[in-house]
Amino acid sequence: MNYHSSLLPLAAICISLLVTVPILLSDRKPNLRESWTLLAAIGKFCLVAIMLPSVLAGEGFVLTLAEVFPGVPIQLRVDAMGMFFALVASFLWICTSIYSIGYMRSTQEQSQTRYYASFAVAISATIGVAFSANLLTLYLFYEMLSLSTYPLVTHKQNDEARASGRKYLSYILGTSIGLVLPAMLITYSIAGTLDFTAGGILAGHASKATLALLLVLFLFGFAKAALMPMHGWLPAAMVAPTPVSSFLHGVAVVKVGVFSILRVIFGIFGPDLLRSVDLGMVITTVASITILVASLIALSQDNLKRRLAYSTIGQLSYMILGAGMLSAAGMTGGLLHIAMHAFGKITLFFCAGAIYVASHKKYISEMDGLGRRMPLTYGAFLLGSLSIIGMPPLGGFISKWHLLLGAIESQQLVLLVVLLGSSLLNAAYFFPIIYRGFFASPAEGQDLSGIQEAPLCCLIPLLTTATLSLVLFFFPGVLLQLVRQALAL
Amino acid sequence: MTATNLHLYVMVAPLLSAFAVNLLGRRSRNWIAPLALGALSFSTLGALLTLQRVLQHGGYRYTVGNWQPPYGIELVIDPLSALMLLLISAVALVATVGALKSVEQELPGREHLFFTLYMILVAGLLGLVMTGDAFNLYVLLEITSITTYGLIAMGRGRAPLASFNYIIMGSIGACFYLLGAGYLYILTGTLNMADIASILPGLQGHAAIATAFGFMMVGLWVKMAFFPLHNWLPNAYSLAPTGAGIMIAPLMTKVTVYLMIRVMFSIFAPEYTFFAHPGVQAGIVWVASLAILCASALALAQRNLRRMLTYILVAEVGYMVGGVWLANSTGMTGAVLHIVNDALMTLCLFLAAAAIVYRTGSLDFDHLRGLYRRMPLTMAAFTVGAFSMIGVPPTCGFFSKWYLILGAVEAGHWEFVVALLLSSLVNAVLFFRIIEIAYFKVNPQPSGDGLLAGEAPLWLLTPLLTAAIALLAVGIGSGPLVNQVIRLALPPGLAP
Repeated sequence: MNYHSSLLPLAAICISLLVTVPILLSDRKPNLRESWTLLAAIGKFCLVAIMLPSVLAGEGFVLTLAEVFPGVPIQLRVDAMGMFFALVASFLWICTSIYSIGYMRSTQEQSQTRYYASFAVAISATIGVAFSANLLTLYLFYEMLSLSTYPLVTHKQNDEARASGRKYLSYILGTSIGLVLPAMLITYSIAGTLDFTAGGILAGHASKATLALLLVLFLFGFAKAALMPMHGWLPAAMVAPTPVSSFLHGVAVVKVGVFSILRVIFGIFGPDLLRSVDLGMVITTVASITILVASLIALSQDNLKRRLAYSTIGQLSYMILGAGMLSAAGMTGGLLHIAMHAFGKITLFFCAGAIYVASHKKYISEMDGLGRRMPLTYGAFLLGSLSIIGMPPLGGFISKWHLLLGAIESQQLVLLVVLLGSSLLNAAYFFPIIYRGFFASPAEGQDLSGIQEAPLCCLIPLLTTATLSLVLFFFPGVLLQLVRQALAL
Repeated sequence: MTATNLHLYVMVAPLLSAFAVNLLGRRSRNWIAPLALGALSFSTLGALLTLQRVLQHGGYRYTVGNWQPPYGIELVIDPLSALMLLLISAVALVATVGALKSVEQELPGREHLFFTLYMILVAGLLGLVMTGDAFNLYVLLEITSITTYGLIAMGRGRAPLASFNYIIMGSIGACFYLLGAGYLYILTGTLNMADIASILPGLQGHAAIATAFGFMMVGLWVKMAFFPLHNWLPNAYSLAPTGAGIMIAPLMTKVTVYLMIRVMFSIFAPEYTFFAHPGVQAGIVWVASLAILCASALALAQRNLRRMLTYILVAEVGYMVGGVWLANSTGMTGAVLHIVNDALMTLCLFLAAAAIVYRTGSLDFDHLRGLYRRMPLTMAAFTVGAFSMIGVPPTCGFFSKWYLILGAVEAGHWEFVVALLLSSLVNAVLFFRIIEIAYFKVNPQPSGDGLLAGEAPLWLLTPLLTAAIALLAVGIGSGPLVNQVIRLALPPGLAP
């Protein structure tokens, strides 16, 4: 891929960063404030989309912001992998913005200005991670994302929210400073650079023991990917308003964690190196355990958002598992699953939020019969969960198919069992929700007659993302091409 | 005034203004601001030009009054001292803007006395970084210490006692240094640093050299509050008048670290300092690691913002001493960069504390509730300072920490790596605890005394925001800063 110097990546990152100022200034004018948010969201997507054709044609963009350490600048670079992630994140960001407006107004949340401003910073950081050219730049944006999402997690400002905020920061900041930073410094002192390079930068520089240590530091250091045992923050962060949860799960945060790990596997280690020293096993083992344990825990959760949270923990490890297989199909599946899971999971969270807005119910056991009152929401929920389980004709099938192929290709039948077993477990924790919604009769004393669909602002985004999960099965073209390009297949 | 003696005026301007402030400020306090700020602006400009000149034409020596060394006093202007000149004068200038308002509130009627001592202190600090004479260094060190004792004693409550405590410790430190300098004089017959440095290699193996070196180091460690010799600092700095803390906290310890570097490399040579006594170099890195960990732990126990900051200050001294003693160029780069960064971070945080105390009267954690709503700009700047202390890029704290850790990795001092990382984590806990209280705890009911007023006055806000922006600017510009200035400032023998 050729790279041209351009200001476009910087503009794509900064547009929402800049818009925080008018958002803060229009504190008293909610309509104006939300227009700024929407404007930035659409503008950001357009800026990313403008770059898409050239990236598909093999022409990337690059911009050096500052030369900070010898050999390591703060540098932005738009390549296929970054474009893939930025495209998904910036599109879902539009949906989340619209949904936020509907949700926050319906539930009359406090401090909405702070909320929208933090959101704007967070999405800037997300795109920044996507467009980082080296590990240092990625780290910078990663930290920026951690810090800007902290006020979102703590939004409710009660004791529970503050405790969750503390937990969130302890996990995320603790691991990034305690594990990633030293790993990055060791990498730098070994390799003399931190540039993401196809084929990695560590080959021939380090012993197997060092590589294994670095790999473990990176895997657990990027705690946003919630590999067990670094997953504790995710269920705790569920106290935040639902749009925040969908942002955490769908658009950013967890995906940034996975994206960072994949970047490190592809660009710092390089699949060939990992294959030659046989370290893929480390990745697949940790990921497999996480997949199975998280799915089992999800089964037992009655709080809908917590069940979804554990489901996310499991699904994130699919992506890491795929990368850890180190086979072409596996890596394709892992990377592709970032997008497919994003569309599915964001739909589910939108639905959970819509149910809460409409009925103020949080627990699955209270939701009997609710589907008949909210058919659209539950229909979308069905599509979302089918996609996560990996059934055709939904997007999730494509990534899971590649993952299964990858497991066969790398001749690791254990992984095949893990993937299929997990699919069964997914079905086991999703179908009861839908079944009870449509077919069970309301519990004694539950009056559902006043409940109807959530406001349009909530409904449109969730229908859009649900439809797109469906569409992506039939037209995965652009995404698939980007992934193939990213993996140089 | 010519270009060659400009640096002299950089020091003389605050000294003269000290007397002017005393004479004129006594009549009307309106004189103080223009005199102090005028002198310091002049110094800053002069220091900037000096630095530029040094970077273009290299360092030079200057004999005061044309008395030739070894009898006269020699000033040495090299990239490192020029950088320190700029740092001191710029930080003092910004700090003074904030101090004016704070002193007006805390010490009404005694402002001229305060600023007399204050300006002498600045002049002393500027002199300290230029001097090329081991005894002159002692004299200036005492000038800065004595003015500091006076400034601290003007504080509230038990400040005189804290100051007395500091006097005792400070005098012990000074005695150690003086004894060391005395030994060197007996051995070499000169007090000029360059002369001593040229004579010492011929005296290899003399036990008195080691004694002199040890005494000078211990003396300076007491003065910079290097753990476990730090006991005087937290009380002295937290009870000092707010206005004094703004300037003393960022500069005193950092200048003393600079003096340590001078003694280690300008009087003694790197080969001697690091390698003459096996185990010493590694041992000091261990002590520095301990210093960082213990001071961080002590900071955790504090329930007052300013006291917490003073313990962080002690931890940061461990960063710099450890960085210097790593004995490689990366660690040294980190230490020098951290002198600059830590001065700015401390300035920012102490200014924020001053702004808060100006409006609310207290820095106890319980009184910080709801501050983000009442003082958004102050707290925004505080947050930047906090992030820098934690080491979040792109604030400058990250970049010096990077060099320090990298230096420790290169030297194989893993204990120092662990200490730095743990200290970053502890700092995260410390500052997020405050951010949580100030941001997310519900505002208390306004008490009747009207102390729940809004944003700090412009006189405090402007320097605070300047400092916060400087943290980001120095962070982003740390590449050029290291390549074009600090690399040149490394002592010969340690340059990469």
